[in-house]
Amino acid sequence: MNNKKKGKSISYARWGYVFIFPFFLVFAIFQLYPLITTIYYSFFEYFRSGLRFIGPRFVGLANYAEIFKADLPKYMGNTMIMWIAGFIPQIVISLILAAWFTDTRLRIKGKQFFKVVIYMPNLIMASAFAMLIFALFSDGGPINGILMNLGIIQQGHPIRFLASVLGTRSLVALMNFMMWFGNTTIMLMAAVMGIDPALFEAAELDGCNHKQIFFRITLPLIRPLLVYTLITSMIGGLQMFDVPQILTNGKGAPNRTSTTMIMYLNNHLFSKNYGMAGAVSVFLFVLCAIFCIIVYFSFNSETDESITGKHKKIKKGARK
Amino acid sequence: MKKRMRMLASLALAGTMVLSMAACGGKSDDAAAKKDDAKTEQAEETPEGKVLNIWCWNDEFQQRFNGYYPEVKEVAEDKSTTTLNDGTVVKWTINPNENNNYQDKLDTALQAQASAAEDDKIDIFLIEADYALKYVDADANVAEPLADLGITDDDLADQYQYTKDIVTDDNGAQRGTSWQATPGLFAYRRSIAKDVLGTDDPEKVQEKLKDWDNFNKVADEASKKGYKMLSGYDDSYRTFSNNVSAKWVDGTTVKVDPNLMTWVDQTKTFTDKGYNNKTSLWDDSWNADQSAKGKVFGFFYSTWGINFTLAGNAGEEGKGDWAVCEGPQPYFWGGTWICAAQGNDNPKTIKDVMLKLTCDKEIEKKITKDTQDYTNTISGMQEFADDPKFGSEFLGGQNHIKLFSEVAPQIDMSKTSPYDQGCNEAFQGAFKDYFDGNADMDTAKKNFETTIIEKYPELTAVEWP
Repeated sequence: MNNKKKGKSISYARWGYVFIFPFFLVFAIFQLYPLITTIYYSFFEYFRSGLRFIGPRFVGLANYAEIFKADLPKYMGNTMIMWIAGFIPQIVISLILAAWFTDTRLRIKGKQFFKVVIYMPNLIMASAFAMLIFALFSDGGPINGILMNLGIIQQGHPIRFLASVLGTRSLVALMNFMMWFGNTTIMLMAAVMGIDPALFEAAELDGCNHKQIFFRITLPLIRPLLVYTLITSMIGGLQMFDVPQILTNGKGAPNRTSTTMIMYLNNHLFSKNYGMAGAVSVFLFVLCAIFCIIVYFSFNSETDESITGKHKKIKKGARK
Repeated sequence: MKKRMRMLASLALAGTMVLSMAACGGKSDDAAAKKDDAKTEQAEETPEGKVLNIWCWNDEFQQRFNGYYPEVKEVAEDKSTTTLNDGTVVKWTINPNENNNYQDKLDTALQAQASAAEDDKIDIFLIEADYALKYVDADANVAEPLADLGITDDDLADQYQYTKDIVTDDNGAQRGTSWQATPGLFAYRRSIAKDVLGTDDPEKVQEKLKDWDNFNKVADEASKKGYKMLSGYDDSYRTFSNNVSAKWVDGTTVKVDPNLMTWVDQTKTFTDKGYNNKTSLWDDSWNADQSAKGKVFGFFYSTWGINFTLAGNAGEEGKGDWAVCEGPQPYFWGGTWICAAQGNDNPKTIKDVMLKLTCDKEIEKKITKDTQDYTNTISGMQEFADDPKFGSEFLGGQNHIKLFSEVAPQIDMSKTSPYDQGCNEAFQGAFKDYFDGNADMDTAKKNFETTIIEKYPELTAVEWP
């Protein structure tokens, strides 16, 4: 009896489960199941040789030993270098732009126009963008043509951007920067606009200059969003694939210095080596998780002392 | 507590559903496969399928098919399909070749062949010399023997022997057929030859390029006049890789042939001395070097390369400015074979396509006349070779068929292995860094080893000469 009554009283919640059920179903089929099989097969020797499949044969941690013996640490380094080289200019430029666009005293005209323009590169498909850069910077491409016509470099001696380590990595970093700084700017603008205007007014009344306002008020208050940007960018950076893949035609040339971890994964997956590809995936998964946890906790412990942190704590406490 | 219980229950439900679905999926696959086996057994009585699926990696065969197969009724505007007189629709599936891409896609499709819907089954697929052996293997059994289709040895009698040998399995069953033979020559620019050597006559040019020492000498002279002997690193690769002493792979060990290291040394010298233009095969600069504005002396090309690639890149302006000679070493490059996929549903059409396009002397001769391609008919090619009036407009009236017909019987494909494409590409890629100065010899070697084991996980070691 009692049970029945209770059942009736929470009938709405049941509908809640019904509505979220499709998500869990899709999640289970397309994410959870592949995730489990990936981990499972990472302990097996399992690949396609010609038209036959070899395995699956249990080999324990042999695949993991193999990927570390091979150049995985090197590819990790490549990925981090290219990510950082793109992320630093991205965050700096975005911060400056966000500060300018939101500064009420500057009154920049055509803000909407600039916002659209800086967001534009993100609308182009990464692969199309990489193809474009590849064509622009190829040995016989327009960039070399312009430089030759301007007399900056000698006729017939093009700068071979894609044949040098610095050139290739810089182009990858440049593309990542161009594609993502607009997005970051808009997010940071939202964060800055979310700050109580009274704080800026108070600062101005107290005689703060631009620099002081930026470093003492804006920056500390948007820290949570900066953390978010850092984490998402890092995950994106670890998964860097399409840009270097297309730019170097899948080779990660020169000398495998622009091979990222996902490109390495792709190489294995392309030759249908599920065991090794699984091991690389699992390693990446763990790596991503560790990075996220480190970044999240290190930043959050600092924000505790700042104003927002205290606010949050109070709010959280109140909710309890 | 209750809530949590319910959550767990729903999760468990979801889990069981997923599992049962997966199980169902497996079962239905098996059933389909079984049904299919039964069907293929009855294939001879059942009528031909309505769709002929052809897999290839560029539009070369498509052009031949649309242009010369007599049953073609009309071609779709976007060329994705071709309709035959009996109403059969030919569906083209074209996947680029590079980096084993075509092979991997084809492998996946062939493995799903048994469970694919009738009209999605592959009927014809094309293979290249670099990986032909993989598909004509008797154990793999993915290409139907020609005898099963009803094509006899008599039909194939006029074809070059090597084009039959390479697609014959260990049991002696031939499993593919080609409309072309692909001996290689050296194609050079007449205007540059005149400037550098004082002559553009193929015989005199050949005299100057008859071996590698002379070839290098001419490269030096060309360089002094501001020309490049070759366009890129890989241009001369095939002349070395076809003259190796053993196959790429022995058991599970990759054996690098000494001749390939000769290529590395020569190319490094050419690069350091500025005899080449530092391009790579098929890239934009390489194509541009063949245009009328190019400053490159010549290209190593086989039959299809001259009519299909070079003539296209040279354009109208380059017409007549080219000629061919044997070059320093005989070699072959490429070649395309037509295979009937096991489990196809159009055996009669496939048989007819094969007979018409690869065994019909008149059609073959017409292809040669129209496109300058070197077709697979010994007697037909001999007729052209003996015809003093026959000549290629693109090559300034030269009878290239005569040269090809002298080289064609020398082709030896006994050193090909199923791993050739991956090995050749990986080798060229790894040593590009060496030529560019981004890696020293040892690093380049190590990179080759890494790449090759990524591409072919079953290979275990690499031996250097």
